[in-house]
Amino acid sequence: MTLLPEKTDAKLGLVIDLDTCVGCHACVVSCKGWNTQGYGVPLSDQDPYGGDPSGTFLNRVHAYEVMRPDGQAQTTHFPKSCLHCEDAPCVTVCPTGASYKRQEDGIVLVNESACIGCGLCAWACPYGARELDQAAGVMKKCTLCVDRIYNDNLPEVDRVPSCVRTCPAGARHFGDLGDPDSDVSKLVEARGGIDLMPEQGTKPVNKYLPPRPKDQPLEEIDILAPLLEPVAEDARGFIGWLDKALEKL
Amino acid sequence: MTHHQPDLDTSPKVSDEIRKTTCYMCACRCGINVHLRDGKVSYIEGNRDHPVNRGVLCAKGSAGIMQINAPSRLRAPLRRVGPRGSGAFEEISWEEALQSVTDILAPIRKDSPDKLAFFTGRDQSQSFTSLFAQSFGTPNYAAHGGFCSVNMAAAGIYTMGGAFWEFGQPDWERTKLFMIFGVAEDHDSNPIKIGLGRLKERGAKVIGVNPIRSGYNAVADEWVGITPGTDGLFILSMIHCLLKAGKIDLDYLMRYTNAPILVNCDDKSPEGGLFLRDDDDKMMVLDKATGKPAPFDAPGVRADMAGTYRHAGATYRPVFQLLAERYLDDQYAPEAVAERCGIDADRIRRIAAELALTAFEEEIVVDQPWTDFRGVKLDKMIGRPVSFHAMRGISAHSNGFQTCRALHVLQILLGSVEVPGGFRFKPPYPKPVEAHPKPHSTVTRDGPLNGPHLGFVRGPDDLALKEDGSPARIDKAFTWENPMSAHGLMHMVISNAHAGDPYPVEALFMYMANMSWNSSMNSGEVMKMLTDKDDDGNYVIPNIIYSDAYASEMVAYADIVLPDTTYLERHDCISLLDRPICEAEAMADSIRWPVIEPDRDVRGFQSVLIDLGARLGLPAFVNEDGSQKYKDYADYMVNHERRPGVGPLAGFRGNGEGKGRGAPNPEQLERYIENGGFWIDHVPEAGLYYKPWNKDYQDWAVERGIYDAPQPYLFSLYVEPMRKFQLAAEGHGKRQPPDHLRDQIKTTLDPLPIWYPPFEESRVDTDEYDLHALTQRPMAMYHSWGSQNAWLRQIHGHNPLYVPGAVWKKHGFKEGDWARVSSANGSITVPVALMEGLNANTVWTWNAIGKRKGAWALDEDAPEANRGFLLNHLISELLPARGDGMRWSNSDPVTGQAAWFDLRVRIEKADAPSEAQPAFPALKSPVPKAPDELKVGEA
Repeated sequence: MTLLPEKTDAKLGLVIDLDTCVGCHACVVSCKGWNTQGYGVPLSDQDPYGGDPSGTFLNRVHAYEVMRPDGQAQTTHFPKSCLHCEDAPCVTVCPTGASYKRQEDGIVLVNESACIGCGLCAWACPYGARELDQAAGVMKKCTLCVDRIYNDNLPEVDRVPSCVRTCPAGARHFGDLGDPDSDVSKLVEARGGIDLMPEQGTKPVNKYLPPRPKDQPLEEIDILAPLLEPVAEDARGFIGWLDKALEKL
Repeated sequence: MTHHQPDLDTSPKVSDEIRKTTCYMCACRCGINVHLRDGKVSYIEGNRDHPVNRGVLCAKGSAGIMQINAPSRLRAPLRRVGPRGSGAFEEISWEEALQSVTDILAPIRKDSPDKLAFFTGRDQSQSFTSLFAQSFGTPNYAAHGGFCSVNMAAAGIYTMGGAFWEFGQPDWERTKLFMIFGVAEDHDSNPIKIGLGRLKERGAKVIGVNPIRSGYNAVADEWVGITPGTDGLFILSMIHCLLKAGKIDLDYLMRYTNAPILVNCDDKSPEGGLFLRDDDDKMMVLDKATGKPAPFDAPGVRADMAGTYRHAGATYRPVFQLLAERYLDDQYAPEAVAERCGIDADRIRRIAAELALTAFEEEIVVDQPWTDFRGVKLDKMIGRPVSFHAMRGISAHSNGFQTCRALHVLQILLGSVEVPGGFRFKPPYPKPVEAHPKPHSTVTRDGPLNGPHLGFVRGPDDLALKEDGSPARIDKAFTWENPMSAHGLMHMVISNAHAGDPYPVEALFMYMANMSWNSSMNSGEVMKMLTDKDDDGNYVIPNIIYSDAYASEMVAYADIVLPDTTYLERHDCISLLDRPICEAEAMADSIRWPVIEPDRDVRGFQSVLIDLGARLGLPAFVNEDGSQKYKDYADYMVNHERRPGVGPLAGFRGNGEGKGRGAPNPEQLERYIENGGFWIDHVPEAGLYYKPWNKDYQDWAVERGIYDAPQPYLFSLYVEPMRKFQLAAEGHGKRQPPDHLRDQIKTTLDPLPIWYPPFEESRVDTDEYDLHALTQRPMAMYHSWGSQNAWLRQIHGHNPLYVPGAVWKKHGFKEGDWARVSSANGSITVPVALMEGLNANTVWTWNAIGKRKGAWALDEDAPEANRGFLLNHLISELLPARGDGMRWSNSDPVTGQAAWFDLRVRIEKADAPSEAQPAFPALKSPVPKAPDELKVGEA
């Protein structure tokens, strides 16, 4: 058993815009690139050029196609990484104290030197957000780029998680979701941001902005119809219209 | 246990050094910061200052470290020791390799330079590789444009003096309605994603037109799942609606387009369909005040688009009247096209109305005075905030050129090109056809070609034909079969060389083009052509020289392989002479430089060409005394001058302050490196829009060496050069097409956009082949390159055939099933998957995921080589024979663009084979076996 802090000073996390995410995987690879050379052991890859390549990733993008009630199919791209839950079951289940939630910012981390690779935390996480590195035998997870966001060796503008810095569509936002006046909190408010699987009671810090409604029905045709009112009945009439219209220029 | 947390260093050192260069993980050419630790690349991120990507970077770019670590990297020059296609090679020295190539090429140049076919693939140094070919003297040069998107580029340039992507972009910050047609997800990858993000932020509407609802179309506010090959019809129907309602920008059409130009309407005249011109060859309009023709740009002339003019028995009518007459016809009414396009008539009408609403009721006014080319001072810039983007989805059809033209005509009718909120050109565009070279193909023994290979024909006189009328080029570009083939026809080269049609070649020399696999139609047949022998046991294509950085499928078919470097180990220039990285607001170019040194015996291909050019004594590559002119490509980048003071790199010229013009500066590359690997110079405020007609822009462009004199011009709703080909087909003029092509030319070279069904549809039984089949490239892969990348292949390791719901049900498919997919050309057996967001008559798959066993240093059991597959086997470079003994190319009849997306197939359920079919024997790998585990970044 490992205890969570009673309260964290901040709730740093991500806000991911599912309306804007085009599913390009930029965040996935940037995350891999930064974190394989950053916090802790590398993110290894097994059978990397073989029949069943599989490596450790801290962030993955899934795509789901659903049939909407109007009969149209809609694909939503769904990036998923650790949500840095307030009530993180992966921490409380840890037998060694290796998994912990930071008091100052709420980031959930694994202290790799204390991790025994038992995998209980991955089992406890309802989101499947933890991956056991097969080479090192330790648990890997999103660190919210804890080695970037406070890093004095980086320009201030770059002190954000690598996934946020790289996202071409600007679908990923980083900030303090514990501060109602932060940009991310305001964005969540404005766009009706949601918790992932709230019924799990994990109180995730990361929020998702739902896709906006798409393919609005054709009712607008009535409003738009006058715009396409013919200017003439036939070709002769059209030239007549043209003559008059040119006069007015 | 109380809460406990360890001490953590949250400020670790990031790297020893950052080197800024240009990405080459796709064709986007983003700026990257390459972090180095202990002399090795440790991390790659986007360069925030760079105009293309502004700091962001896609999955491919971020995976660059795995490209430079890839076990597929070739290690040394190779000489074939087994049969061609086996993959059996020995490593040789560079001296041996270069001498062998020289021994092949020198006699060719001496006797018959056209016996060399030199084609480069996704080459980013075309202004240089073409110089080599020109200096060598062969007319047989082109890059991959012919099998990519030449329809888009050529239609854009012929219509409006510029096209999408490298040539132009939507006004992302101002546009309110954006329509995107048929865009492969990797094209202009980061800029489009950045742009879509901005549109979403501002609440602008995005309409995606694509048979497949993935990627950009998945996030679009509205998706139009159009039937492949019918985009032109959909667009012309919207034009019909807009014209009928008078929702067009007449003022814009009068001022900036050839809408008012008078056309000779005498069908019988050899001038029929041509413009009325004065003695100075100026196009004429009908002057409203006098009722007489006057030069279009004469001061004070007000054109009358509603009138007609009769002279010497002929009636002359303004272009606009011909255009209106054509598209007002009910054949373009939404009801008439709806079924064919797979889009409800109401919906076509509503989208047209939305375009009208946004363009005319939500116009933008920017308070920016400017002066037009007629000298008229205007106090503001009026914007029509609708914008469009399109790419291979609409262009890779045999009706693609006319479809792309239709789209540009729609943009122009709405007055939305080069205006605030619309579509904008990027320098060096706008650039009218007149400012481009014509094609050149005159061969001289032991001498250079008479000019640049590729260009824009103005009429039959510019075709690349020999004196006997036969094609001058191996790919038959610029012939009656496809007169306006501005990028050549790379997809025809091997087939034609093998057939000896129009003539055999002695050597095929290619660069980064995977022609024995995913870059060819009919890959299996191409392999046979490359290995076919004549009766004497000699290869039909006698010599194949190939340069690639990696163990691609094409390597196995070469006799000599010249191993290239990876993109972080080389010099390159992303030049304004070529396909630059400019933005609508700025001219810009960039370099690559060796941020790391190769650890293998490889050389940058461009430096190798410089060496070969000197060995062959080619004029552009030797000094007067015969000595080598440029030490290497870096030396060329700095010291080559295309015109006095204008070279491959525009920045930091002369004393370092020169912009666009100036003497070579020996410190130029250092200055680029200090500046982050690129150079940028902004267009003055008054020149930001209306560039083709804007004096402020034009004067700035002349100052910067983009033009040597101002080049104002009119947009071509009506493309007069096309009419000249039709006239020839009607029997006018000296240069006459062969009879079997007359009808095709008369029909398809229409100077106003038309729509006709894709050719394959008219050659096969569409009841039997009831489905369309397409490919798209995923955002995380760049053609064949992605699979050798250990990180990217974990994202896209295999490619099912996606099947729409009704077809899925009809065939009783279940998850895990396989299908036999057949076309008129062959059949494949592949895994299937259900996708509902898909045009009901279309199946599709990801392009170039399937790999040949033994290639790319992948294990033979790699999913790419077992479950992965290519649709290429179903597509022929020739149309199905029709008994006339002719080889009809599966290409657009205007430009020769490969008609990849015309493909028709049928599918049926099949027993799961042990691997996707057809399967080919494994290639012997020219590189050692790849590692079993990676721990990248391990301390």
